[in-house]
Amino acid sequence: MLELYGIQKYYNPGTVNEMCMFSDFNLVIPEKQFISIIGSNGSGKTSLLNIICGSIPIDEGKILLDGVNISKWEEFQRHRKIGRVFQNPALGSCPHLTILENMSLADNKGKAYNLRYGTNRKRLQDYRELLFQLRIGLEDKLDVKVGNLSGGQRQALSILMSTMTPIEFLILDEHTAALDPNTAETIMQLTDRIIKEKQITAIMVTHNLRYAVEYGNRLLMMHQGHIIIDKSGAEKEAVTVESLVGKFSEISIELGN
Amino acid sequence: MESILLGVFEQGMIYSIMAMGIFITYAILDFPDMTTDGSFPLGGAVTVALMTSGITGIAVFGLVIPSYIVALPLAFIVGAAAGVLTGVIHVKFKVRDLISGIIMMTALFTINLRVAGSANVPIFSRDNMFMNPLVSSVFTGNGKKYSTLLIIFFVVLICKLILDAYLRTRSGLLLRAVGDNPQFVTTLARDKGNVKILGLAIANGLIALSGSLMAQWQRVFDLQQGTGTMVIGLASVIVGMSLTKGFSFIRATTAVILGSIIYRGCIAIAIRFGMSANDLKLITAALLFVILVLSREKKKKVAHHA
Repeated sequence: MLELYGIQKYYNPGTVNEMCMFSDFNLVIPEKQFISIIGSNGSGKTSLLNIICGSIPIDEGKILLDGVNISKWEEFQRHRKIGRVFQNPALGSCPHLTILENMSLADNKGKAYNLRYGTNRKRLQDYRELLFQLRIGLEDKLDVKVGNLSGGQRQALSILMSTMTPIEFLILDEHTAALDPNTAETIMQLTDRIIKEKQITAIMVTHNLRYAVEYGNRLLMMHQGHIIIDKSGAEKEAVTVESLVGKFSEISIELGN
Repeated sequence: MESILLGVFEQGMIYSIMAMGIFITYAILDFPDMTTDGSFPLGGAVTVALMTSGITGIAVFGLVIPSYIVALPLAFIVGAAAGVLTGVIHVKFKVRDLISGIIMMTALFTINLRVAGSANVPIFSRDNMFMNPLVSSVFTGNGKKYSTLLIIFFVVLICKLILDAYLRTRSGLLLRAVGDNPQFVTTLARDKGNVKILGLAIANGLIALSGSLMAQWQRVFDLQQGTGTMVIGLASVIVGMSLTKGFSFIRATTAVILGSIIYRGCIAIAIRFGMSANDLKLITAALLFVILVLSREKKKKVAHHA
């Protein structure tokens, strides 16, 4: 369970560009919930993810993960329990290392990075099977450098690697945005399958309203640092893309666009 | 002619250990580490300090290890400490990478002088790695000429094999990952700063070890010797890696060793064609420039954001 209470975040404090992103922002995410977050640019979606992961500090408030206050933890410390897939497929793996080396590193998350041999040959078959499940033909390419893969292949690998070790939270930061429509669809289905199989709590930021409607069991819409739509369960099932588009244009009119 | 060639190989290989250090900072960590110009003579300073201290050896399990051998691991440890300091200045105090190295390099100038005692310490009369009772008993007659080269080859080979093996361990993989994609290391729940510090420690350890060998080979410590070391290392790494690019079976460390020998060869040729020793730095700069332009290796870098 992840709880955010009284989050306050100002950008460029004390300057003419001072901007209040969040003031007294609250959000509770129960276990095994798969949340999709939508909202226009600058609504605070990515800021929210960055605040949860610790990539940007908060001014006030607290973040509780399973009741433990993690708001003072460093980004890398929070990642002991959190996995993250980025919009940029390049951020999820190391281009100069092979698939095998990348997977071995990811497989070792939470354990010591000591002087034992880096790639474990005993796990080779397991890695092949995991890659086989992606159904993009990576299982025969364990010794290929990741830099030689396509964006879609790298993103699929990123999702696989981010969930190789037990994590409590998966953060998906517009992870299909840089992919072509077909690949995006495949990656989205893969993501959904992994989340369901491993029963992970997940937060997905997306600009694709259809994904937000089709996947997950809770939908949040953000606007200027506030949650303006929060629907889960049956209510979420009833949400349509058209209703969301309507809400978006409402906001635009409000802003005078 | 033969003695020139021997000199090229001997010096090239001694410097290749330093170049392996530069390989870690430049090629793996993407860190312009100016500490090198201080940690190379630091290895020499520690070596002459030990050898002139009157301590002739250290007993380990009843076996007396002569001080000229002890000097090598000692130089590595002291060099590694310098690397750690550079890393801490950069990571913990958030000073720019280049500036952190310059701070350490400047500080080491004084420290090297204090450790060695003076700016020029000759150790001609003392036993060293290349001239000691054991060497003169093993190598007799015609083999004598090549004894130095063989010993250097042996030390370089050990360094190379250990470094190769390390880079394939879990810790080594993480080190390669941090230069490739720091964000990835963070998502693995590891502090990327600490991994960088570790890399700088290993690199400067190797550089100081190379400095210790060089002081023993020249049989003199010279405070000014360190100036320009980093550029020599860079030239060796870039020459080696550009020339062996097409051969995927050649390990990067081997490429670096070859690069270092080729670099020495170029210098020897330049001197043979009438350039004086004072022109060396200009030759090095020109060589580095030409190689960089020719190779034009654009490093693929992951965009840093989020």
